[in-house]
Amino acid sequence: MSATEALLRVANIETYYGPIQAIRGVTLDVNQGQIVTVLGANGAGKTTILKTISGVMDPERGQVVFEGKNIAGMKPDRVMREGICHSPEGREVFPFLTVHENLVMGAYSRHDKDEVAHDLEACFGYFPRLKERAHQRAGLLSGGEQQMLAISRALMGKPKLLLLDEPSLGLSPILVTQIFDIVKRINRERGVSILLVEQNAHIALKTADYGYVIEVGRIVMEDECVRLMEKDDIKEFYLGQKEAGVRGRRRWKRKKLWR
Amino acid sequence: MEDAARLLQLVVNGAASGCIYGLIALGFVLIYKATEMINFAQGDILMLGGFVAFTLIATWGLNYWLGAFLAVVITAAFGFALDALVLRRVIGQPQFAVVMLTLGLGFIFRAFAGIVWGYDSVGFETPFTNRTVRLGGVVLGQDNVSIIVGTVILCLVLYLFFNRTRLGIAMQASSQNQLAAYYMGIPVRTIFSLIWAISAGVAAVAGILLSPVSMIDVNMGFLGIKAFAAAVLGGFGSIPGALVGGVIVGIVEQLAGYYLPPGSQDVTSNVVLLAVLILRPEGLFAQNIRKRV
Ligand SMILES: Nc1ncnc2c1ncn2[C@@H]1O[C@H](COP(=O)(O)OP(=O)(O)OP(=O)(O)O)[C@@H](O)[C@H]1O
Ligand SMILES: [Mg+2]
Repeated sequence: MSATEALLRVANIETYYGPIQAIRGVTLDVNQGQIVTVLGANGAGKTTILKTISGVMDPERGQVVFEGKNIAGMKPDRVMREGICHSPEGREVFPFLTVHENLVMGAYSRHDKDEVAHDLEACFGYFPRLKERAHQRAGLLSGGEQQMLAISRALMGKPKLLLLDEPSLGLSPILVTQIFDIVKRINRERGVSILLVEQNAHIALKTADYGYVIEVGRIVMEDECVRLMEKDDIKEFYLGQKEAGVRGRRRWKRKKLWR
Repeated sequence: MEDAARLLQLVVNGAASGCIYGLIALGFVLIYKATEMINFAQGDILMLGGFVAFTLIATWGLNYWLGAFLAVVITAAFGFALDALVLRRVIGQPQFAVVMLTLGLGFIFRAFAGIVWGYDSVGFETPFTNRTVRLGGVVLGQDNVSIIVGTVILCLVLYLFFNRTRLGIAMQASSQNQLAAYYMGIPVRTIFSLIWAISAGVAAVAGILLSPVSMIDVNMGFLGIKAFAAAVLGGFGSIPGALVGGVIVGIVEQLAGYYLPPGSQDVTSNVVLLAVLILRPEGLFAQNIRKRV
């Protein structure tokens, strides 16, 4: 990947929780129109990378360059206005607001009323379930519906780059397939670039164009998804295809962490 | 008949003071829901609002409505500045620090008011002072009725604001999930300061509504303690709860003052507070979904 055309370039970031270093120098690129995935086990640092990009956490070192501009250290509401919308881990919907109000909040920073109404219809088109529940409190939705809402709410911000943190978490396999189909459609139809963080390597590799694998705060592997799928390590530890060798047994503990 | 009329009068008077407690409690709840801080200076802000109105109306001779409006705006602006300059800095500090800070601010406000306006009680002429209305043979003071009507109107306006306007919904959103609100590009800090402004403005309205019934003085902020009981009774997190809690405390207090031995009126709110904490600590209007910060 060439550095000049990257929409987002994360360069050597190091992020800490107090004294604990969660990210140990991560570099990754998202090109215009691409879906990029970051795979990793629990606690690998996936969420922390997204938080660093959206400005909730500031990196101690390194740069986050979006459209040629360093956005590291910016406040999250500013970052959002630059065109990066975040669908956070655990959905984080506004529980006492209705589905419709949640979506309106997603477009809070926008003033193009007509287009907002248009995008609202588009979200309801992607997820008809949300339209049926438009006037229900978001806290009363099922987990899957909340995930649809979280993605739609982020979409309402008219992102150039959409950050998705484990959209598959806690959903049935069928729903996961459905939601990822729509993620792909959002990318193709609206030209939204996507950075997708996942533990479900299977679906993530099928959906994304390019992938990174992260272990304890470091990128340990990166490649086109089609090629990643063919790698033995990935097959063993990420896709659960057993070709048990010595290494397999040695790392069984870690393997257990993967879905 | 005599008794029934007497009772109605007591209930109306109680409901009127209860509305004042309810409005102060509303301020407690709005700020608590947004920032998890309890602003113990809420009653003293009411006092400041009353004094500002006094200056505008009695000293400068402004028309009552204009003076009242300006006093509310000034007090609201003060609330905004208070958050933006002082309280925002203690977010994330232990609860204890916040409690001490707002208690301390209360002391400062009282001292400031004493220096500026003196320690004597003052009052100003209102359209409701010393007038009465007849309601089915019962004579009620317009002052008390105006408190109730004013509170109802204010609550209606606030209800529409919080549920029908983008800014109002954004305030709810920021109170429910601060982090997600940031992700949506909502300027959460400014929103919180605006919530402080509303709370202060509401307290000023309460101070102005109260002025025909009770004089304005430096220590009137201690009403806040009764309002605190009202907020706890309502569930400390529920806006209707705060208002209903206020009205209940007010009415119980009036009835106790009439039917029970002298002195009982003053402890009623404390008794209510204790009873709630022991019997139903989650209050009358508990919210079930836990807030995430
Ligand atoms: N609030 C926090 N305070 C201290 N350490 C934290 C905090 N949040 C995360 N960490 C640590 O930072 C590291 C990375 O966490 P992160 O949440 O980014 O992992 P993740 O890859 O998103 O995991 P998961 O798949 O479980 O969501 C972990 O070791 C975790 O223990
Ligand atoms: Mg995570």
